[in-house]
Amino acid sequence: MKILTGNDLVSGDVIWWAGDGWSRQVGDSADVSDHGDDLARTEEAALRVVGAYVIDATVTDEGVRPAHIKDRIRALGPTVRPDLNLKPNDADAGNWVI
Amino acid sequence: MYRYDSYDQSIVDARVEEFRDQVQRRLTGALTEDQFKPLRLMNGLYLQLHAYMLRVAIPYGTLSGKQMRKLGEIAAKYDKGYGHFTTRQNLQYNWIKLADAPDILAELATVEMHAIQTSGNCIRNISSDQYAGVSADEVADPRPWAELLRQWSSFHPEFTYLPRKFKICVIASDDDRAAMKLHDIGLKLVSKDGVIGAEVYAGGGMGRTPMVAPQIRDFVPEEEIISYLEACLRVYNRYGRRDNKYKARIKILVHEIGVEDYKRQVEEEFAHMRTLGLNPPTEELDRIRAFFANPAYDTGLDEEIDLADPAFALWVDRQVAAHKAPGYAIVNISLKPLTGIPGDASAEQIELVATLAEQYSLDELRVTHAQNLVLPHVKKTDLYAIWQKLEEAGLAEANLDLITDIIACPGLDYCALANARSIPLAQKIAQRFAAAERQAELGELKLKISGCINACGHHHAGHIGILGVDRKGVENFQLSLGGSGAEDTSLGQITGPGFSEDGVVDAIEKVTDLYLAQRESGERFLDTYRRLGMKPFKEAIYG
Repeated sequence: MKILTGNDLVSGDVIWWAGDGWSRQVGDSADVSDHGDDLARTEEAALRVVGAYVIDATVTDEGVRPAHIKDRIRALGPTVRPDLNLKPNDADAGNWVI
Repeated sequence: MYRYDSYDQSIVDARVEEFRDQVQRRLTGALTEDQFKPLRLMNGLYLQLHAYMLRVAIPYGTLSGKQMRKLGEIAAKYDKGYGHFTTRQNLQYNWIKLADAPDILAELATVEMHAIQTSGNCIRNISSDQYAGVSADEVADPRPWAELLRQWSSFHPEFTYLPRKFKICVIASDDDRAAMKLHDIGLKLVSKDGVIGAEVYAGGGMGRTPMVAPQIRDFVPEEEIISYLEACLRVYNRYGRRDNKYKARIKILVHEIGVEDYKRQVEEEFAHMRTLGLNPPTEELDRIRAFFANPAYDTGLDEEIDLADPAFALWVDRQVAAHKAPGYAIVNISLKPLTGIPGDASAEQIELVATLAEQYSLDELRVTHAQNLVLPHVKKTDLYAIWQKLEEAGLAEANLDLITDIIACPGLDYCALANARSIPLAQKIAQRFAAAERQAELGELKLKISGCINACGHHHAGHIGILGVDRKGVENFQLSLGGSGAEDTSLGQITGPGFSEDGVVDAIEKVTDLYLAQRESGERFLDTYRRLGMKPFKEAIYG
């Protein structure tokens, strides 16, 4: 699948296109098929996202998983600060990115 | 320490308000990201892997307690409670909101700080020796020169759009604690026939094409340093490549045209510069120099240190260096706790160090390129009290220049350019070599990790260097040996095929085991490597 990600213009938070808006959870990502670039332009013009780009991802038992490690780290947060990542109560969360 | 005059303050304040307007226009859509990006970068604001990142300049690594406290307050108020001290003697905040950036810059301006020229193709923060002004072996305090260069390079109209970024370092000792020859220009202050001047080195750097800067002049009198640097920059600005960012640094120019031709062109330009009256008036350097006069050291102090507490004795042995004034010492504060993140400090730790600087170090502290902190003026009789407070705050690791004193860039955990994570690897290495006896037995061993070829973690200059690469979407680590950023500057050589994260830790253990087996009396790891060469180390690693 193809998913769309970027950063919230104001907060800088990593966000994922969820089909009808943006989410901070990669698991909410919607397949943008071949519409990602158009969506990115529209959303950037609407000042809702900055630096939007399309990536490959797969659906696994644990939900949507970006294909590249860099995007998995973007999705989780820094692996060395579990207290700050999106799964603070999961001691093994860092393994998800590998 | 230098204090802003009204001119310094007014240009920084004006820049804050200019940026506030630019941010507002971005938030309302009057500026597109393409229009805004170069403006935010000029103010040190990046868009990183997770969020906006703000890089704050710490000129030549010197801070007052008040400035340090402000850095901690900003970490607590606007970030997630911590900051990251970098190999450029800067501080980075990782979680900045765009709308907050102007307020943060305004707060920094209240303590004479800013983020100007911490990004972009301009002259960046001037770096220097963290022992400047307190080591006995310097010919002069390099900080007045670093400050003069800061003022000269700030908003320099001719050098705001160079072919690429430009880093300058000033030292004044034979011992190089600032990796001077790995800068675009390195200045080493020297005394010749009783006159202070500078040896000039040009075209050094790390990154994808590492080079040790060759000397291009053995002496420039101090009153002509600015016009000589103008000449160096002019030649680079005119002929440095702008067609390929990977070949745009001055090191490529010096390499491609040759040192002799570059020197010739600089000398011709310098001859012209001398006619223009560009050197600052002597009174200005004297004005700046007055800020760096020796503080009022107490006299008649006790030289003895009670080392009855073994943990304290270990820390003193490792972290405390000789000071030029009787009864005083230099304290190195490690930001490399064994399970921590190299260079990171919490808001509370920053606050504590600010307080220690005010109470015990004549209101001054330093940031080192090795991502540690320094209290430069500590009475020996105060060392135990300081150590106790550092110990309580998790800042009393005794590992300066040992294998666990690892330089590591933020890597793929934070950086959008990185290919691999540096920090988890640093933590694994620190755990493997955690035993204090083992670290002590290995002695000085500088290990440096970069998460990509840009080499922010100075891996080329590591006695042991590690470069993270992306191998088909999997982190892989190249090992190199024999680098140095000190006065014996050298570039490490790659051992061979790369490793997984665990594999490179094992390889380091094999390398250090070989060193222990083969070293001769008094040899550091680097000395043994240089004597034996790569071959036996390669055999130990790959069999």
